[in-house]
Amino acid sequence: MAGRLSGAVTADGGPVRPARPARPARPGGPLVRLLRLGRPLRGRLATAAVAGALATGCGVALLAVSGFLLARASEHPDIAALSVAVVAVRGLSVGRGVFRYAERLASHDAAFRVLARARVAIWRRLEVLAPAGLPAFRSGDLLTRLVSDVDATQDLFIRGISPPLAAALAGAGAVLACVALVAPAGLLLAAGLLAGGVLVPLAALRAGQAAARGVAPARGQFAAAFGDLIDGAADLRAFGADETALDRAGRANRELASLGRRSAFASGLGSGLASLAAGLSLWGVLVLGVAAMGAGTLGRVPLAVLTLTALAAFEAVSVLPAAAVQLSQARSAATRIAAVLDAPDPVRDPAGLAGPDRPRQRPAARSVTISLRDARAGYRPDGPLAIDGIDLDLCPGRRVALVGPNGAGKSTVAAVLLRFLELAGGSARLNGHELSGYRGADVRRVVGGCPQDPHIFDATIAENLRLARPDATDEELAAAAASAGLGGWLAGLPDGLRTPAGPGGRSLSGGQRQRIALARALLADPAVLIMDEPAAHLDPAGRREFLADLFGAAGDRAVLLITHDLDGLVQADEVVVLDHGRVAERGTPAELAARGGLFRRLLDARDNQDECAD
Amino acid sequence: MTSTRSRAHRRLLAESRPARRSLAVAGLAGLAVTGFVLAQAWLLARVLAGAVTGPGNQALRGSLLLLVAVVAGRAAAVQSGEAAALRGAAAVKERLRTALARHVVRLGPAWASRQRSGEVTALAAGGLDALDPYYARYLPQFLLAVVVPVAVLTAIAVQDWISALIIAATLPLIPVFGVLIGLQTRARTERSWRLLARLSGHFLDVVQGLATLKMFGRTAGQERVIAEVTEEYRDSVMATLRVAFLSALVLELSASLATALVAVEVGLRLLYGHLGYQAALFVLLLTPEAYLPLRNATAQFHASADGLTAAGRAFEILDTPAAVPAGGLRDRAVPDLRDTPIRLDALTVAYQGRSELALDGAGLTISPGDRIVVTGPNGAGKTTLLLVLLGFVAPSAGTVSAGGVVIAGPGGLTSCDDDGWRAQIGWLPQHPTLFAWSVADNIALGRPGGSVPAGEIERAARLAGAAEFIAALPDGYETVLGERGLALSAGQRQKIALARLFLRDAPLLLLDEPTAHLDPVSAAETGRAIADLTADRTVVMITHDDAVALPGARTLAVADGRLREVTPSATPDTVVQAGAGAGRWRR
Repeated sequence: MAGRLSGAVTADGGPVRPARPARPARPGGPLVRLLRLGRPLRGRLATAAVAGALATGCGVALLAVSGFLLARASEHPDIAALSVAVVAVRGLSVGRGVFRYAERLASHDAAFRVLARARVAIWRRLEVLAPAGLPAFRSGDLLTRLVSDVDATQDLFIRGISPPLAAALAGAGAVLACVALVAPAGLLLAAGLLAGGVLVPLAALRAGQAAARGVAPARGQFAAAFGDLIDGAADLRAFGADETALDRAGRANRELASLGRRSAFASGLGSGLASLAAGLSLWGVLVLGVAAMGAGTLGRVPLAVLTLTALAAFEAVSVLPAAAVQLSQARSAATRIAAVLDAPDPVRDPAGLAGPDRPRQRPAARSVTISLRDARAGYRPDGPLAIDGIDLDLCPGRRVALVGPNGAGKSTVAAVLLRFLELAGGSARLNGHELSGYRGADVRRVVGGCPQDPHIFDATIAENLRLARPDATDEELAAAAASAGLGGWLAGLPDGLRTPAGPGGRSLSGGQRQRIALARALLADPAVLIMDEPAAHLDPAGRREFLADLFGAAGDRAVLLITHDLDGLVQADEVVVLDHGRVAERGTPAELAARGGLFRRLLDARDNQDECAD
Repeated sequence: MTSTRSRAHRRLLAESRPARRSLAVAGLAGLAVTGFVLAQAWLLARVLAGAVTGPGNQALRGSLLLLVAVVAGRAAAVQSGEAAALRGAAAVKERLRTALARHVVRLGPAWASRQRSGEVTALAAGGLDALDPYYARYLPQFLLAVVVPVAVLTAIAVQDWISALIIAATLPLIPVFGVLIGLQTRARTERSWRLLARLSGHFLDVVQGLATLKMFGRTAGQERVIAEVTEEYRDSVMATLRVAFLSALVLELSASLATALVAVEVGLRLLYGHLGYQAALFVLLLTPEAYLPLRNATAQFHASADGLTAAGRAFEILDTPAAVPAGGLRDRAVPDLRDTPIRLDALTVAYQGRSELALDGAGLTISPGDRIVVTGPNGAGKTTLLLVLLGFVAPSAGTVSAGGVVIAGPGGLTSCDDDGWRAQIGWLPQHPTLFAWSVADNIALGRPGGSVPAGEIERAARLAGAAEFIAALPDGYETVLGERGLALSAGQRQKIALARLFLRDAPLLLLDEPTAHLDPVSAAETGRAIADLTADRTVVMITHDDAVALPGARTLAVADGRLREVTPSATPDTVVQAGAGAGRWRR
């Protein structure tokens, strides 16, 4: 979708760097935009609303016609005069149930269809953004919340759309009937319905939100104190400080409870006022009706119909408070979803490209070279630069290690090389051509590896591996697993490659997950392997073993190893030390050790530790 | 499922004791609302009939005035009933939160390490708010569902016993059909439940794995798969709902058909003069009221479901028995670690659900002033050793004892006060917890149970090498950690944890990989502070990569799953057999 916005090809077929226009803002508030997802389903939603209105209308008419029946009967006419009303009453009573059933089915069906559209819409956007374009991809919790926000759209469409529409239709019908009988009474009913069904619930909602905001700090305090009891359980027990922490939680708890008691009166007010509005408008209608009767403009039968219509009309608006709550809850979810939809593209794929160096047509995948010159990049257009002037060269068979403290910009370099992130300045070239001239997917056919926290899908190990090469045979999978050091473990599993990994790969250890990720990367067979902290979950012995396996399996591929661990770097051809987004120094491990820069200081710090201890 | 629900109901009612008065007020308000409903119907019927047959405007005006009073009274009763119920809910929630906090502490570190603390915290802090609708709507509706039909039936029977019979015959259909259909749906729902769980989890799984999919160029087909899976989800949910909504249909139909039956029956008898107009209207107005609470109660059933789920989860935690039962009499004096050696005899630890033993017949003597370094790979039982010494993990065989007093034996056997025992230990875990308190309070954790002079806290911080960065924090020692995104580096956190130990001044130090997660510079600084801290104390230190060592220490190293003395020393026979398992302790 971003492809058609940019990209040009020079005369010799080499790609040129495209511009990076900002994403145009969409009109409408977040909630409106979310609701717009339902537009193709407006037929179904309208069906639900009409069925709902008919159900409620049947209920109102049932009571009104019953009133007519009694009032007319009290005049002792011939029984034939009542026959229509008798049939109508029975029909209406069946109609109410049947229409309600239809409304429920239609609204749920529409809501689930909207859910499918919402998921696809957000997926399209996430596919462009992942993983560098959205902070959520750096936090599992944010990502989980985003997914539940999307799933919550079904509730919005079930309770937030057709019930208010149905209430408006049925309410309007009742008002029109009353206006026809006694105009002022009808208008009074309209005012009462608005007050009791719309104004009071909205005001109550506002008040409830204000109360919730007031409670939020106290709730946060309690959550922090309570979370400490669990997260710090061992520390608290070891120091004998259980009571200290319990006291803190107790204070926050009492505060929270007293706020709850104080807001109870206001919370009850909404229901009370709604009841008052309904009662008073019924009373007003009755008084106007009696007055009209006294004036001789209204008979006994219409008076009964008028009053019972007004009485039943309030059933129509009884669902509105729940709808108001639903809409307001949906608004915050919609805001978070809109933030995703509006996030600027982290990279812009160029339009159709051709050229001798197009990676897809690589004659020999091993001949790929990548070079960064003065590369600068950041995660937000207005944010700080995560890397600021990096030079880096990768060529076949070369092993480069990228080291440095957390936040030095190591993973940002990986994101740029994998074309997950656009450069803000400088150049990144693949076989001499600007990386930005290639599609991200094409770049990732030759540049691969493991992200920092590789995801293992809730599928079998074989399916997880086949992701990298769908047509791989079982033998190829086993070979890749063996070069990643999984051979022995797999052989010991009763189901071997068919063993399920569990949700999030939870039935595997951290080390096994990383080795599966390595096997997957090897199976994809890229010319450049970028390994971001591939051995983070292993102990030193396991780490050295893993790196030996990795370098052995890499063959003549270029390898970029990102690590903050100095073990195993002896095998690197070049070590690049990053600090605050810049290259602090570079060279072979031996040169760096001899030079006395940051690398030497890092090494010294390790030795110093030993001396201190000796 | 039904039994879980009713159990949760019963427990909730039992836990409602502190809210008894509020709930009684809410119940009275419910009764008052019932009375007002009857009065309103009677007055309406009177006015409608009176306006026709007319005993004169005077009586009519009286009825209209009374009607206003009834309307106001009803609104007031509704408001005060809901407010009282919410006050009750606040009291119940406070009680449950207190119980949860106390029980979580009682369950201790072994339990806590297996929890997702975010989930439990979210339950205690916000999840229990789902009880508000339970108390404010579900319980009152439940009461009304019993009281109103009886009251309405009695009132109608007085006016017209035939209508009362019709209502009495149809009313029980609602719960009966509700239960029958509910049972039918439950079987179906349970059949499709696993499918639904898988389908709804699919989207989260692919979103979480999106970066990986992109890495391998496998996103192309996913859009279609997501749409298909969601459609499949819709199909199976709708199949269930088509049946589930039938119960609502039956409720709706029985209520409205009964109203129609009554209206026709009353109308015909009115026609033939067997019944007065006012009585007929009264019966008609009240008939729907008899069904309304039952219908509402089924609607509120959903409102109660969240509350019951939250409460059920809370009760599950509250019913978890403490893992280490308080065994032993605990009547012996706590041995003084400054001059008492600690003996580990044939210590064996097995973790639940693991076939390998974490420790297998470990024997060791730790004499006062001993300095012991434990090295070896992950999962060898090193951390378990420290946890047994702390009394957090009970051995399945063998004992830890000091001066003949058993500190830890099978089944949680302890013959002295274990809090008093731990008071002599300074423990530095792999990932020390910093609490959302001020820096000063975090350091003062080293000496809990009273205020610690600021001078001593600052001295401890200085010794730990933390004074410099604390001074640079926005509010110095009063800076509250974890707020406003204030994050400390791993090295800074470790220094605060070390400051706790300087303040604690304990004779025995248990250090678990104090520098493993630090960058080399922080590790070196921390190493210097540890050298100061460990001088003149008994020390057992685990270290992973030989980076830190203790001067003059004995080294116990792992070889082929056994922990044996590397440095020749006074006890050459000390061999600790170890297996896998410590990794289970902390993720």
